[in-house]
Amino acid sequence: MSLASASLDHASHRDGVINADALRADARRESRGMFALLSPGLFLVFAVIIVPIGWLFWLSLFDESGQLSAANYARFFDQASYIKTFVTTFKVAFTVTGACVLLGYPLAYMLSQLPRRAASICLIFVILPFWTSVLVRTYAWLVILQRKGLVNTWLMDLGVISQPLPLANNFAGVVIGMTHIMLPFLVLPLYASMKTIDADCLRAGMNLGASPAATFRQIFFPLSLPGLASGLVIVFVLCLGFFVTPALMGGGKVIMWAMRMEQTTSLYSNWGAGAALGVVLLAVTLALLGLFHWLLGTRATGVWSER
Amino acid sequence: MSMENALPISHAQRLWLYALGGLVMLFLIAPSVIIVIMSFSDSTLLEFPPREWSLRWYESYFGSLEWRDATIVSAKVAVMTAIVATLLGTAAAYAINARTLRLTGAINALLTASLIIPVILIGIGTFFLYARIGLNNTLTGLIVAHTVQALPLVVLTVLSGLRSYDMNQEMVARSLGAGRFSAFFQVTMPQIRFSIVSGALFAFITSFDEVVVSLFISGGETTTLTRRMFNALRDQIDPTIAAISTCLIVLSIVLLSAAQLFGRGR
Repeated sequence: MSLASASLDHASHRDGVINADALRADARRESRGMFALLSPGLFLVFAVIIVPIGWLFWLSLFDESGQLSAANYARFFDQASYIKTFVTTFKVAFTVTGACVLLGYPLAYMLSQLPRRAASICLIFVILPFWTSVLVRTYAWLVILQRKGLVNTWLMDLGVISQPLPLANNFAGVVIGMTHIMLPFLVLPLYASMKTIDADCLRAGMNLGASPAATFRQIFFPLSLPGLASGLVIVFVLCLGFFVTPALMGGGKVIMWAMRMEQTTSLYSNWGAGAALGVVLLAVTLALLGLFHWLLGTRATGVWSER
Repeated sequence: MSMENALPISHAQRLWLYALGGLVMLFLIAPSVIIVIMSFSDSTLLEFPPREWSLRWYESYFGSLEWRDATIVSAKVAVMTAIVATLLGTAAAYAINARTLRLTGAINALLTASLIIPVILIGIGTFFLYARIGLNNTLTGLIVAHTVQALPLVVLTVLSGLRSYDMNQEMVARSLGAGRFSAFFQVTMPQIRFSIVSGALFAFITSFDEVVVSLFISGGETTTLTRRMFNALRDQIDPTIAAISTCLIVLSIVLLSAAQLFGRGR
C-alpha cells in the first residue's frame, strides 16, 4: 500500500482494480509526510523572518504617541537627512552596479572562451573571494586605501603624488570595497548563461558572412543579456541594503539606507522610524526583483525565440 | 573551433581580453593575498611588502582571551548551525523534490526568503523578536538566526543533487521491502551525500562569517568573532585582525577544497 502512490499514474490507466479511495488516502498520507519534513524549516523561517518583519511593519504605522499615523513615512519626504540617505544609497548602488558590469562582463566573457580546465582554474579567483568573509575583504581594502595605506604609500614613493589621495572613508572607498564584494554576484550568473550559448548560432552567423565583431555584437551579446540582467538585479538589490562596507569605509560621511536603519533603531531607539525604513527598503527590493523577473521572462523568451 | 563556443577573434583582440580579464582577477584576489602577507609582518605600521617578518600578530591573536573566546563562540555556533541547517534543509529539499505538495512556489519563496530580504532588516527584526523572548546574547538565539540564513543554501545545494538523482531507485528499494527511512539512508543518501556535505560546509561558512545579524543579537559572553572584529575595525586598524583574517581565508580555502574533493568522490 505504501507504494500505491508511486504507481498511481500507471494504475489509473489500467483497470479499476485498485480502490480509488485507498489511493487518495495514501496520497494524502504522503502529502502529510512531506509537509512534516518541510515544517521545521518553514516554521523557523516564519518565526525568525516573517513574524518580526510583520511586527515591524505594524509598528511603523503608529507614531510616538501610539496613534495610527503615516508620520514615520511622511518624514522621508520632508527631512533633508533622509532624502540625502536615499540619494547616497542609489548613487552608490548605480555606481557599483556599473563598475561590476564594466569589470565583470569581460571576465565572464574570457572565462566562457577558455578551455574547460583553464576556466575552472580561473573560476577560483571568483569563487574564493565570494566565500571569503565580507569583513575580511573590507579590512583588506581599508588597509590598501587608507591615508597611509598601500596605494598612497606606493604612489608617494614613486613621486606620482605629493599628498595622499582620499581613497578611504569616503564615497570612493565605499564604491571600491563594494564593487569587490558584489563582482562575483554578477560574474557567476553571467558566466553560467554565456556557457549555455549555442556555438552553432555563432557559427551560423559567421557562415552567413558576419565578421567576428558583428557576430559578437549581433549574436553573442544579445544572447548573454538575460544572464547579465539577472546579475545586475542581484547586485543592485544587494547594494541597496548593504551595511558592512559603508559602515566601515564610509568614514561616517557616506550614510546608506541600512546604516540609517541601524542608527535609528540602535542609537535613537526609534523603532517606528527604523521599521518604516525597513518596510520601504523591502518593498523597493521586492518591486525591483518582481519587475526584472517579469522583464526577464519576456526578454529571455524573445532572445531564445530567435533561434 | 575546438572550443565549445569560442568566437574566432584575432590574436590581438584575444590578448586584450586576457589582459583585461587577468586584471579583474588580480583585483579580486589581491586584497586577500596582501592581507595574508602582511599578517606575517613585524611592524605595527601597515607596510607592504613587510621589511621584517614575525608571527607576533598570531601570538597576539591566540594569546588574547577575548579573541579566543569570540573564536570559540563562533565555532560552536557554526558547528551547530551546520548540523541543524543540514538536517532541516535536507528534509525540506527532499519534500520539495517529491512534488506531492501544492504551493511549491510559495514554499520555495519562503525557504529562500533570507537570500533576498535585506540582512539589516533580518538583524533588526530578530533583535526585536529576541528582546521579547529573551534570546538576545544567547548561543541558541545565534544558532537559530544563523540556521535561517544558512537554510536556503542547504536546500538549493541538496535540491540540485536530488534533481540529478533518479528517485525511482528509492522506489525500487521500497518495493523490495525496504522501509521509507532505510531506503533513504541506504540508497538515496549515499548518492547525494556530496550535495549534503557541500550544503553543510556552506552553512558552516555562512554562520562563521555572518556579521550583520550577529551585530544585533550577540554580545557579552556570546560575542562572535565577526562582531568583535567589526568593533575593532571601527576604532582602529589593529594588525592582529590581519592574522585573524588570514585564518578566516585559510578556513574558507580548506572548506571549499573539502567540498570540491567530495565532489570528485561522487
